[in-house]
Amino acid sequence: MSTTQSVHNLWTHAAAEPEKIPTPHIEYAQLSPTLIVLGAALVGILIEAFLPRRTRYTAQVLVAVVALASAFAAVLALGMDGYGTTKAQVAAMGAIAVDGPALFLQGTILLVGLVAVFTFAERRLDPTAHGNRVDSFAAQAASVPGGQGERDAVRAGFTTTEVFPIALFAIAGMLVFPAANDLLTLFIALEVFSLPLYILCALSRRNRLMSQEAAVKYFLLGAFSSAFLLFGIALLYGYAGAVDYSSIARVVSNADNATDPALAGTMGNDALLLIGGAMVLMGMLFKVGAVPFHMWTPDVYQGAPTPVTGFMAAATKVAAFGALLRLLYVVLPGLRWDWEPVMWGVAIVTMLGGAIVAITQTDIKRLLAYSSIAHAGFILAGVVATSEDGVSSVLFYLAAYSFVTLGAFAVVTLVRDAGGEATHLSKWAGLGRRSPLVAAVFAVFLLAFAGIPLTSGFTGKFAVFKAAAESGAGALVVVGVISSAIAAFFYIRVIVLMFFQEPKADGPTVAVPSPLTITAIGIGVAVTLVLGLAPQYFLELAGDAGVFVR
Amino acid sequence: MSFPLLTVTALVPAVGAVATAAMPAARRSAAKWLALSVSLVTLGLAAAVLVRFDPGGARYQLTESRPWIAEFGVRYELGVDGIGAVLVALTALLVPFILLAGWHDADEEAGGDKPGRRWRPTQGFFALILAVEAMVVISFLATDVFLFYIFFEAMLIPMYFLIGGFGDRAHEHGEEEASRQRSYAAVKFLLYNLAGGLIMLAAVIGLYAVTADQLGEGTFSLQAITEARASGELEMATNTERLLFLGFFFAFAVKAPLFPLHTWLPNAMGEATAPVAVLITAVVDKVGTFAMLRYCLGLFPEASEWATPVVLVLALISIIYGALVAVGQRDMKRLIAYASISHFGFIILGVFAMTSQGHSGATLYMVNHGISTAALMLVAGFLITRRGSRLIADYGGVQKVAPVLAGAFLVGGLATLSLPGLAPFISEFLVLVGTFSRYPVVGVIAAATIVLAALYVLVLYQRTMTGPVKEGVKGMPDLRVRELAVVTPLIALLIFLGVFPKPLTDIVNPAVEHTLSDVEKHDPAPDVEAAK
Repeated sequence: MSTTQSVHNLWTHAAAEPEKIPTPHIEYAQLSPTLIVLGAALVGILIEAFLPRRTRYTAQVLVAVVALASAFAAVLALGMDGYGTTKAQVAAMGAIAVDGPALFLQGTILLVGLVAVFTFAERRLDPTAHGNRVDSFAAQAASVPGGQGERDAVRAGFTTTEVFPIALFAIAGMLVFPAANDLLTLFIALEVFSLPLYILCALSRRNRLMSQEAAVKYFLLGAFSSAFLLFGIALLYGYAGAVDYSSIARVVSNADNATDPALAGTMGNDALLLIGGAMVLMGMLFKVGAVPFHMWTPDVYQGAPTPVTGFMAAATKVAAFGALLRLLYVVLPGLRWDWEPVMWGVAIVTMLGGAIVAITQTDIKRLLAYSSIAHAGFILAGVVATSEDGVSSVLFYLAAYSFVTLGAFAVVTLVRDAGGEATHLSKWAGLGRRSPLVAAVFAVFLLAFAGIPLTSGFTGKFAVFKAAAESGAGALVVVGVISSAIAAFFYIRVIVLMFFQEPKADGPTVAVPSPLTITAIGIGVAVTLVLGLAPQYFLELAGDAGVFVR
Repeated sequence: MSFPLLTVTALVPAVGAVATAAMPAARRSAAKWLALSVSLVTLGLAAAVLVRFDPGGARYQLTESRPWIAEFGVRYELGVDGIGAVLVALTALLVPFILLAGWHDADEEAGGDKPGRRWRPTQGFFALILAVEAMVVISFLATDVFLFYIFFEAMLIPMYFLIGGFGDRAHEHGEEEASRQRSYAAVKFLLYNLAGGLIMLAAVIGLYAVTADQLGEGTFSLQAITEARASGELEMATNTERLLFLGFFFAFAVKAPLFPLHTWLPNAMGEATAPVAVLITAVVDKVGTFAMLRYCLGLFPEASEWATPVVLVLALISIIYGALVAVGQRDMKRLIAYASISHFGFIILGVFAMTSQGHSGATLYMVNHGISTAALMLVAGFLITRRGSRLIADYGGVQKVAPVLAGAFLVGGLATLSLPGLAPFISEFLVLVGTFSRYPVVGVIAAATIVLAALYVLVLYQRTMTGPVKEGVKGMPDLRVRELAVVTPLIALLIFLGVFPKPLTDIVNPAVEHTLSDVEKHDPAPDVEAAK
């Protein structure tokens, strides 16, 4: 009976007087951070098209830095205006949320992006190619690795200055991702930041084949996860009859029983909700690199140019966890009893899996990749706390973690031998004797990763575990400290290597970087120590930002 | 706001560490003198704490309290009780001697091949010792569990670099083996203690969750928690309390170290240089036993009582096992390490006997063990530097060539075996009396093992110092001025506290009443029946 009637209804609906489509109302001020970055990315493309080659580098760096800084200023202004707390609202016809978590994460992403641009712009590390200073990106991405085209491009002194607008596009997508308030915006934001990342991964100047392989792997697996996400979105739409978060949440919690006649056959079907929710979550967990969706992480981290790895490891994680939090806390709280056990399981295997596999790694970038997986597990422990404390602890952890990661990868770019970066661990032996300062800085980052007190890593870990314990997830805390102990082992191993082993005769040298990388590393160290010694202000900030707008 | 004496006491070595580390590579000797003077200033400050402390006054004195991390309910709270005061004094007292004894320990490192432009091992060595001192001092002074935890855990890092970076170069299988062993010992030290600390972290978070749940607002303040317990506002469920106790106790038992978590200590003490070994056993490890007394008993009295039988048995095993293994050692420093394990067993016995003699005995034991081990270990270190070997078999007849050294070694050894007239005797006696009055059987067994202590000390002396002069020992110089300056005050102190311990007991005894009242215990009344 329902079929005929619904068809009929659909027919009558269609036949009725068409509703006027109102002009979308866009709150430009509230969306300004994203708009600034997007605008700058477009300007960057115009620069590529119209400026002579020799001036592009300076112009691109300038545009990127100014854009990111002013976008950050816009976030600050919005935050001080109270958009994070009292004036939190949904903007752009329900597509974008402007609230505490969104602003906090956008601020973090912008700062991370700014520091990352510094490492992108570094041109003193690689030896000059035919008298031209070059960065870590391919001379001409389209040329065949090792072919004549590549040699010509190198001789001509080409550099890929496109990386700056590409990175800006990625950052713009990341800004929208945690703020997206409907599933379609979420999906578009995901693609907007993923596609540029795939390209960035492929652009390494050294080891180009490995870099391209990493990009292809990342792209294929990323496309898979996007497909899952999209399919999940479709199923959720079928279930709820809407794609915006608040409507779905209302249907999930049975507050809204008005059935859209066109979807009468599927709406309210719990199977669709569960499968759709699971698929959307899978898409998110892929991006955060949680076990069992982590397979891409080590390969991509290793193959991508190291500045990109640092940027990706830090910023993607921030954006993806932001989106995951919003999804779980705004859309699916009514489904909590269903996703909580699953997320518990994911958190546990992610913590343990990342920590255990990291022990066997012999490449510093792969080691950091597995460590990032373990850290994703720790953050998930805060995510499943399902409390306001949980949200703010995750926000704080993300901010703390991303700067440690950026700094650590920036140090990795410095340690070099004839073949470029010396990432094999055995080459790091005795680094502490050759360059005590660099080794000491890296040791600080490792200790922060290990969660040793007086570093930001400890504060973050404490915040996350505290939130988990308070919400009754004591078991997660125990697993968390056990995997921390396991993880400590391999961080310490690197420190042993650097300080307690004799340097090898053909060991790598530490390149003297330009002020750009020094600034990036300096910011990393400063944030690590400040968030470890006097985290009060930032914890309060994260605490105030812990409420999602609905 | 009065003068923050406690903060300054902890801050001076911390600032001194930074300043020492910042000394340019060429100013090696200036860095040493700077570090030494900083440690002497700290000693002065510790003495001021001791003087300003009124034994008859409130439990925690010279308190400071400032908000720190409100989100976690953490305050920067310092306060000193009698036990903390004497341990701070012990720390501040030993560090100058450790620095002086290790005056040349980091020098040869600088001569290694192709050191980098900024490689400054000497500065690093002295700075790290001061950093450890600062962290140990603050963990004796903290009255906020979180604050304590942070420094309890953070001190592992400088300690780790001290063990791994500046180890003993004397090794029977050559320098490469020594370097390998050293890095193994450092990693073992760190992983054991880190694992303990992380388990404790779970318990610290659990404690927060419990206080947040019951008091409405999570707190780490020792005083707030003790008061809330006393007033019945805070009642932990039996199982929760036991789990939290285990979390804390595990960390402290690793640190202390208690059998079967002790295996890192012989490695660490064996491979580290003698002064660093003293720093480990005489200073850093004391934080473990101190924390058992303050945190395990103070925060979880019922669980402590519940665990007492097991802890006592483990302590007994530590005492006997440590002494037995010490007897069989070929390596002088490992022998002293195992002797220390035996002594830590006595301290833990005293803590968990839960009598006033037990507690004051344990506290005095911490001080006296610190001084006596420092004397013995540092003299052993001087001996090892001379001969270049840690093996007992390489020595013989030292007393004929270096009588002063041999004499100092003997006094240190006799103190270690608790000879009456030397300071450790009093504390060991008190611990045994305190244990006996509540657990007679345990007391008797523990007392019997004193014979073993005599065995390992006297056999060590006999093999190394008496008999015919061995080949490598011939022409060995006697103690130099710097070395005498280290040994003489320590020996004088051992004798002084051995005949006149009143200055210490006056401070410790009143404090012990508080720790006993934490566990709601009184000394058992003299019982004629039981004594029969």
